[in-house]
Order: sequence, then structure tokens, then C-alpha cells
Amino acid sequence: MASVQIRDVVKNFGDTKILHGVSVDIADGEFAVLVGPSGCGKSTLLRMIAGLEEITGGSISIGGREVNQLPPKERDIAMVFQNYALYPHMTVFDNMAFSLKLAKVPRAELDKKVARAAEILGLQQLLERYPRQLSGGQRQRVAMGRAIVRNPQVFLFDEPLSNLDAKLRVQMRTEIRELHQNLKSTSVYVTHDQIEAMTMADKIVVMRDGHIQQVGSPLELYDWPANVFVAGFIGSPSMNFLPATAVEGGDKTQILLATGDALTLPYLVEVVLGQPLLLGLRPECCRLEATGDGVDAEILVIEPTGADTVLICRVGKTDITVVLHQRTMFKVGDRVKWLPDLARAHLFNEGSGERVAIAPR
Amino acid sequence: MSLSRLLENRNFLGFLFMLPAAALLLVFLTYPLGLGTWLGFTDAKIGRAGVWVGLENYIYLFGDQVARLSLFNTVFYTAVATTVKFALGLWLALLLNKNLPFKSFIRAVILLPYIVPTALSALAFWWIYDTQFSIVSWGLVRLGLIDHYIDFLGDPWLARASVIVANIWRGIPFVAICLLAGLQTISPSYYEAAVLDGATPWQMFRYITLPLLTPIIAVVMTFSILFTFTDFQLIYVLTRGGPLNATHLMATLSFQRAIPGGALGEGAALATAMVPFLLAAILFSYFGLQRRAWQQ
Ligand SMILES: Nc1ncnc2c1ncn2[C@@H]1O[C@H](COP(=O)(O)OP(=O)(O)O)[C@@H](O)[C@H]1O
Ligand SMILES: [Mg+2]
Repeated sequence: MASVQIRDVVKNFGDTKILHGVSVDIADGEFAVLVGPSGCGKSTLLRMIAGLEEITGGSISIGGREVNQLPPKERDIAMVFQNYALYPHMTVFDNMAFSLKLAKVPRAELDKKVARAAEILGLQQLLERYPRQLSGGQRQRVAMGRAIVRNPQVFLFDEPLSNLDAKLRVQMRTEIRELHQNLKSTSVYVTHDQIEAMTMADKIVVMRDGHIQQVGSPLELYDWPANVFVAGFIGSPSMNFLPATAVEGGDKTQILLATGDALTLPYLVEVVLGQPLLLGLRPECCRLEATGDGVDAEILVIEPTGADTVLICRVGKTDITVVLHQRTMFKVGDRVKWLPDLARAHLFNEGSGERVAIAPR
Repeated sequence: MSLSRLLENRNFLGFLFMLPAAALLLVFLTYPLGLGTWLGFTDAKIGRAGVWVGLENYIYLFGDQVARLSLFNTVFYTAVATTVKFALGLWLALLLNKNLPFKSFIRAVILLPYIVPTALSALAFWWIYDTQFSIVSWGLVRLGLIDHYIDFLGDPWLARASVIVANIWRGIPFVAICLLAGLQTISPSYYEAAVLDGATPWQMFRYITLPLLTPIIAVVMTFSILFTFTDFQLIYVLTRGGPLNATHLMATLSFQRAIPGGALGEGAALATAMVPFLLAAILFSYFGLQRRAWQQ
């Protein structure tokens, strides 16, 4: 087992800068998830840890040892590829045993290691099959088995679940988590799916355009997003953002929405009066009432999902999402009052997108 | 049954669509092949329709020293040339599959021998092998390695080697480009997985590239054997089968006997005698190509 230190890592492909000085510390035994939109450089960073891409600048250490110049096989890592990359001409057994054969592990020990991995993953019945004779989920397991038999210091996963159907994905999510709890090996997991990140990670690293936006536990990111990007990226449905400005309000901060409604926050925020802000509110942090003291809203869409009801409402010129944990009597086209729970609101600087410091309550 | 009903019948429609191709095959393939085989059993001469003589031509050819030599030449020529073409072609393909500078330019250059008409490249080789103007001899003399010009096409074994070299030069592009196409169908992620599994470049070639390439190797080598075994143009321009019939292949000898020699029946029999060898090559590919359990 080992920790992974990534220090000011830079990656250029030719003249194109892909990673702009990325630093992350992953502790021994931690399950870290790199998440971000497609093309933000997650896979590139993972492949640099694996040794499949050159490191243009900065350093990567595994277990306290800098690996920049080490070839992949000396880094003691194993990787699960997005397309699994199972050798098509080898059986499941041979796929899992290949690295051990190359390492000249004695036959008896090799059999034992493969059998153990097969047992962990429930592959005992499939050892003689070829990859093409397996379902997507089974291939996924073989790819993990290939990593497990090596007993590496660090597991790397590159979007391993993205080729599975939705139901299997949820199931494999749990399995990978359980596997990690049993093996306790340091893992770096890449995904573009924030739900995967939220459900699996000990630590989430949010990336965008080759920059790290925020590092933290799932709930830290959910409750204290550092900027508009993280706030919008984490959580589903996404957070709503409404343009607003701060106005004079005594010992509490008052903000004025573009609709003309003034809202009083339950605390004082250090902002410049008149500065353009974004008020961020998660879809579940509000109520809708037929009448009363709230912001005017019009219901555009109603999506019942069973347990919850998702509504799209228009507030001023902005469309917002509202999630109600009950069924609703409202109909499309109804004019209602929107009552945000301002104690759970977030304020961001509109220009920089950074979170506005909130004074201690 | 009405016509419209008939046109909806799958079997009938299939037969209908097959008809033009079948007719073409019959006229341009089956007829000449049948005629050739038939001629082999007659004593036809140019200008004289033959009569059926049974196996007489074959029995005669079996006892004929030159015919037997041509069989040996053909097998030797095919074995050596295809082996070398395979080895060099695979090596070139592997090289071209790497990220070389000027990759597309080099690929185009590799194709050149294949683009030039055989008769033309054979003429070029004729010059290269000429007793007085050979550039190879000239170069070797200038380097001080030999003191007189080599008679490439005058000595039986030298001539055999020379025509084989020409055939290899001409045949490598086909092998290299086909194998290159095959190499490019192998997903790079297998190699990345193998690198992480700790494979050396040789182990990657041995355990990943070679097994995944076998289906294409089987096809390419079958065609290569067929082309080489039936080669005619190169030999005919370079040596006409000489010296002392040392480079006569079955195809050139068959032509020699049938057209300039006038013995149509004998030439046809010689050509027909090539068929079993070609069938063997096709069987080789059939078994080589059989779906392996791992293939899609
Ligand atoms: N080999 C390469 N050459 C040039 N550009 C590349 C290469 N690999 C990736 N890129 C670029 O780097 C960026 C990040 O890619 P990647 O790390 O795969 O993103 P993702 O976060 O979706 O995994 C993309 O813009 C991609 O086009
Ligand atoms: Mg990716």
C-alpha cells in the first residue's frame, strides 16, 4: 500500500497545455475520485501516474518514491481501462495470469492467485471463456481481476463503468467500493459522472480545463463548493443560480434579485454593496406555495419521479429547478410563490465565480 | 404462381441476383479452365485440333527432365521468395506501424515496386544484372571486393538467386502493406495493458501482435504463394527460363512448350499440373483462416 503525491504536474501535448500545475495528495488506502467534464485532463493525469504518458513538469511520487523516470512496470500499479483492453485471444484465466506469467511466478502460486481473484469477483465459472463470450459486466470484472492478481500498491481506474447499462453501473459501483474496503489499497478513480464520485469517493478532486477546482470529501464539496463551477457540477439536479446584488440591510445582508424582490439572508456577508453576485440554491432548498410572501414563479414543467417531484419554474428571466419530496397539486402554467431557504443559500462573485466569504453565524 | 409472388420468394430472388455473376464466371473462368484441362488430354498442336490421348502428356512430362527441373525450380522459387517476403514484409510493417518521421512519405515509397508494371521493373533488373553494365558489379569492383563483373544470369544458381531477389523486391509491398493494415486493427490499448503487465517489446510481439495477426498472415501468405507459384512475367523478361532451364518455372515452361513450341496439349498439361499445388495452398489458407474460438 502506498500514498500518491502529485506536485505541480504539468502536461503539454506539443504546444497545447493540457494540465496546468496540478497538485493532489492521496493518502495510503484512500479512494480518490478525479471528476470533471469530458476533456478536462482526468485520463491524462491518470495515465501519467501509470507511466503511459510522459510527465512534462512537476513530480509524481508513489509510496514516497518519485516515479517520473520509472517505467510503468516498476511503479507497482494496476489499471482498469475504460474499454477493459482484455486480450481477445486469451481466456479469462490467461488474461488474469498474463502478468504473473511474464513475472515467472511459479505455476502453483499463479494458480492460487488467479483462483483467489476469481473467487473475489465471482468468475470461477468463466475462467475458460474468451472475452467475446462475456457480458459487459463480466468483462468489467475480468479487467478488475487482472488488476487484483498483481496485488499492486495503487489501483487506477479510467471510467470503468461508462460502458455498462445504468442498473449494472449502480451494482458495480457498490462492488468496487466493497472491494476497496476489503483490499484497502490506494485507488485513483476517474469519472465524468458526479454521482459516481459522490457515492464512491473518500476524496473528490474536481477538475476543469486542466486546473483543479476543489479537493474535498463528497459532503464538503456539496455543502461548501468553492466556486460556481463546483457548485453546479456536484449535485443532481444542478444548483440554481440567480443574478443578484447586495444592498444595505443593517446587521444582515440583504440581496436584491433581478426580479426586484429583496431577500434578507440570515447572516452578514462581507460584500461590496452593488457588486454583481450569483445566488446559488440547490433544487431541494426551497418551497412552493400557492400564495404568500415569496418570489413570483411560473411552473413550466412537472416531472414526477415517484418519490420526488421535479419542477422547472421560471423566476424572472431565469429557469430554476425545484425538487419537492412529495407529490404536488400544482399544474403546468400555475403562477406560484417561490420561497427559498436562505440559510442554505450560497453566494458567489459573478465575475470570478468564487464563493463569497460568509461571516460566522 | 404469379410473377409477383415469385419475385417475393427469397430463394428465387437469390437465384435471380446470382445469375449475372454466375454467367460471367462461366464464360470467363470456367470455360478457359475447362478448355485448358481438356487440351491437356489431347495431342493438339497449333493449327491442328487434337484427339483424345488420355494421360499420355502427363506420362511424357513425368519422364521429362526439363519438366521435372521446372517443378523443382517452381517449388524452390516459391519457398525461398515467400519466406523472405514474409520476414522482410513483417519487419517493414512493424517499422511503419511505429511513429516514424515522414511516415506517409515512407509508406508511399514502399508501394513503388508494386505500382511499377512488372515488365518495366523486370527490364530494370535486367540492366542491374547485365554482364557488362551491371551497377552491382560496377559498385563491387569500385569497392575492390571483386575484380571482374559477375554474370548474374549466366550461372544456374546465380540466376535462380537473381530472379528470386527480383521477385522479392516486387512482392514485398503487397505483404508489408497488408500486414500493416492488419497491425493497425490491433487496438493500442492492448499494448498499454501489456506494458502495465510488465511485457518487454519482444513479449508484446510474441504474445499480442503475432496471435492477433495470424488471420491476416494466413490470407496474405496464401495470396503471396499463389502469385509466386504462378509467376511468369519476371522470368520471361529476365531469363526466358535460362540458363540451361535453371530458372524455368512451370508457368514459363508451359508457355514455352505450348506457344513457341507449338505443343498445345503438352503445355496445357503442364499448366494443369500446377492446379494441385495451388489447391494445397488454398487449403492451407482455409485451415489457417478458420475462426479461432476467440474471434468475433
Ligand atoms: N495523445 C494526445 N495528443 C494530443 N492531445 C491529447 C492527447 N490525449 C489527450 N489529448 C487532449 O487532452 C485533453 C484532455 O484529455 P483527457 O485527459 O483524455 O480528458 P478526460 O478528462 O475526458 O479524460 C483533451 O482536450 C484531449 O483532446
Ligand atoms: Mg477520459
